[in-house]
Amino acid sequence: MKATHIKGVVDMTHGSGGRASARLIEEIFVRHFDNELLAQRNDQAAFNVPAGRMVISTDAHVISPLFFPGGDIGSLSVHGTINDVCMSGAVPLYLSAAFILEEGLSLADLERIVASMGEASRKAGVPIVTGDTKVVEKGKADGVFITTTGIGMVPQGVNISGDLARAGHAILISGSIGDHGMAVLSSREGLGFSTSLQSDSAALHDLLAAMLEVSPNIHCLRDPTRGGLATTLNELAMQSGVGMLIEEQAIPVKPEVRGACELLGLDPLYVANEGKLVCICDAADAAPLLAAMQAHPLGRDAAMIGRVVEDDQHLVQMQTAFGGSRIVDWLAGEQLPRIC
Amino acid sequence: MKYLDEFRDGATARALAATIRNEALTGREYRLMEFCGGHTHAIFRYGIKDLMPANLRFVHGPGCPVCVLPAGRIEAAIKLVEEHQVILCTYADLMRVPAGKKDSLHKAKARGGDIRMIYSATDALGIAQANPDRQVVFFAIGFETTTPPTAAVLKIAHAMELKNFSVYCNHVLTPPAMAHILDSAETQIDGILGPSHVSSVIGSCAYASCCKQYKTPIVIAGFEPLDVLASTLMLLRQINTGRHEVENQYTRVVSSTGNEKAQALMRDTLVMRALFEWRGLGRLPDSAMQIRGTYADLDAEKRFAMQDIEVAENKGCICPAVLRGVSDPDACKLFGTVCTPEDPKGACMVSSEGACAAYYSYGRRRA
Repeated sequence: MKATHIKGVVDMTHGSGGRASARLIEEIFVRHFDNELLAQRNDQAAFNVPAGRMVISTDAHVISPLFFPGGDIGSLSVHGTINDVCMSGAVPLYLSAAFILEEGLSLADLERIVASMGEASRKAGVPIVTGDTKVVEKGKADGVFITTTGIGMVPQGVNISGDLARAGHAILISGSIGDHGMAVLSSREGLGFSTSLQSDSAALHDLLAAMLEVSPNIHCLRDPTRGGLATTLNELAMQSGVGMLIEEQAIPVKPEVRGACELLGLDPLYVANEGKLVCICDAADAAPLLAAMQAHPLGRDAAMIGRVVEDDQHLVQMQTAFGGSRIVDWLAGEQLPRIC
Repeated sequence: MKYLDEFRDGATARALAATIRNEALTGREYRLMEFCGGHTHAIFRYGIKDLMPANLRFVHGPGCPVCVLPAGRIEAAIKLVEEHQVILCTYADLMRVPAGKKDSLHKAKARGGDIRMIYSATDALGIAQANPDRQVVFFAIGFETTTPPTAAVLKIAHAMELKNFSVYCNHVLTPPAMAHILDSAETQIDGILGPSHVSSVIGSCAYASCCKQYKTPIVIAGFEPLDVLASTLMLLRQINTGRHEVENQYTRVVSSTGNEKAQALMRDTLVMRALFEWRGLGRLPDSAMQIRGTYADLDAEKRFAMQDIEVAENKGCICPAVLRGVSDPDACKLFGTVCTPEDPKGACMVSSEGACAAYYSYGRRRA
């Protein structure tokens, strides 16, 4: 979809519900999201759904900067919600999107973001079928906030939940960790370093479909976004009432991510990902699942990183490459760079 | 990663650890203080304790710059923000350090205070230039590692005649803290893993008098896990042969005389403070720096007539004993219950380099 080269900035009239609002919706949103349901111009989208178990998930997206290497808030808001839906094993069907625009946001930037959302949703085959836009005064938001909601259907025979990890299960990761967080950090002003890193932002439902084809018997899935791999493993351990034992050497980390983390005193285990999944499965299913993941472009670097163990304290422990072991704890507060 | 992987190699580590276990004499204890938070971090993060003989103990020292800053200095900084409406520029890990009355820079920021996290002292200068109608204060903290950058911005700001920039100087010195710990009757330390980055500035010979006076061996140790192991072995050998010398394991960075340019910068801009309060160690003479008279117009303490604020430490908190190496973090009754990384009571729980935080995050329970 070609950009319209709209000039100017978002102002309060764009949120008034009047002619300016209607023009904004037509020229930017409808144009780039372009699908039949949206084209009906109703306040809601109506569609038939197959019988079975339906999944719904919602995700609010705020990010600075709005554009970063490998993505932007638009594509991120599509991928993020598709991933949350499909981490239940569901096939994502439809998305909705709500925008909070800050007065003064350039319309060209808004169009770039919306076009990127449209492209991400078309590529994923999951249309954005309804939405809403509000404008707030300058200073009351940070450019644009996007909330997306997705629904999907879980195929028969699939039963995936965070409380189903049991001792003996294998823990898989679909690729290298920390790419998104470090790409975003490196593009922030004031850090004074640049990398060739790209965010891994991607919709994972296609990878997941390939995995479920090999083994519908996956027990837990989660995308290790905010808080990184460490937080996801701690959540799953707590939810399932088990412990986890992972091996540092088995966890894929790109050299650029390690380097940037070293420089800033951050730990890649806690850095966000937007296109990775953690999968917990029977030990016997690990090899075929890994093979299926590695055959998919989004799972090329997939690896088995550890196993679920019994532990009444629900700790995640790591065998260090060095030969010792340590606890991989929940993140306290935010991860802050260290001074020396 | 070049220059890092070599110093994290598991096979070399196992060989070094085996040598340490072989050479450690039975029938005695080895109590080694790792001075810096960076060492504490490495010991826990890489599981070095698992590799050591049972009679060798690491005692965690005071070398976490965030941990030793007393709550009153943070409270004073918050006052600058809230009473003088300054833009306060700070290194990130100071944000959550508890000030008095359950306050912190983090909370002051949430209340609307203009507090900016910076990565380099020169960022503060940039913020001052970008906000000519605001007073900008750089909250300068740290040991000798972070002091030269502060000295450099003082010089630059002075040359630029910046009128809206000043520095709240809280820089402290390593050798006096080390001497204080060794001087205390309750401390029993057989050897010290000496500071690494600090020593790159002040040089290994800065510890000679301390080493001699207290007859305690010191090995300047790098922050990588193999550095820590190699330095531990060097200390062990000194102890076993009754020597007490300053040895330098971290030769790839530290020289005997240090970085003379950086030292000159510090001499030019800063002078010794008569007395400075350290969290956990109390008031120590000649242990911290203040801004030299020539640069007095850049001294936030003078510009804003800042007063010392006394803040009583939490009564149950044993950070003072932890920082002196007398107690382990888990001996504290607040540890892990009232005092956690989410809600730190004592400063050692705040920074990831703090002994309590490292204990909590990495070592609560052994595998």
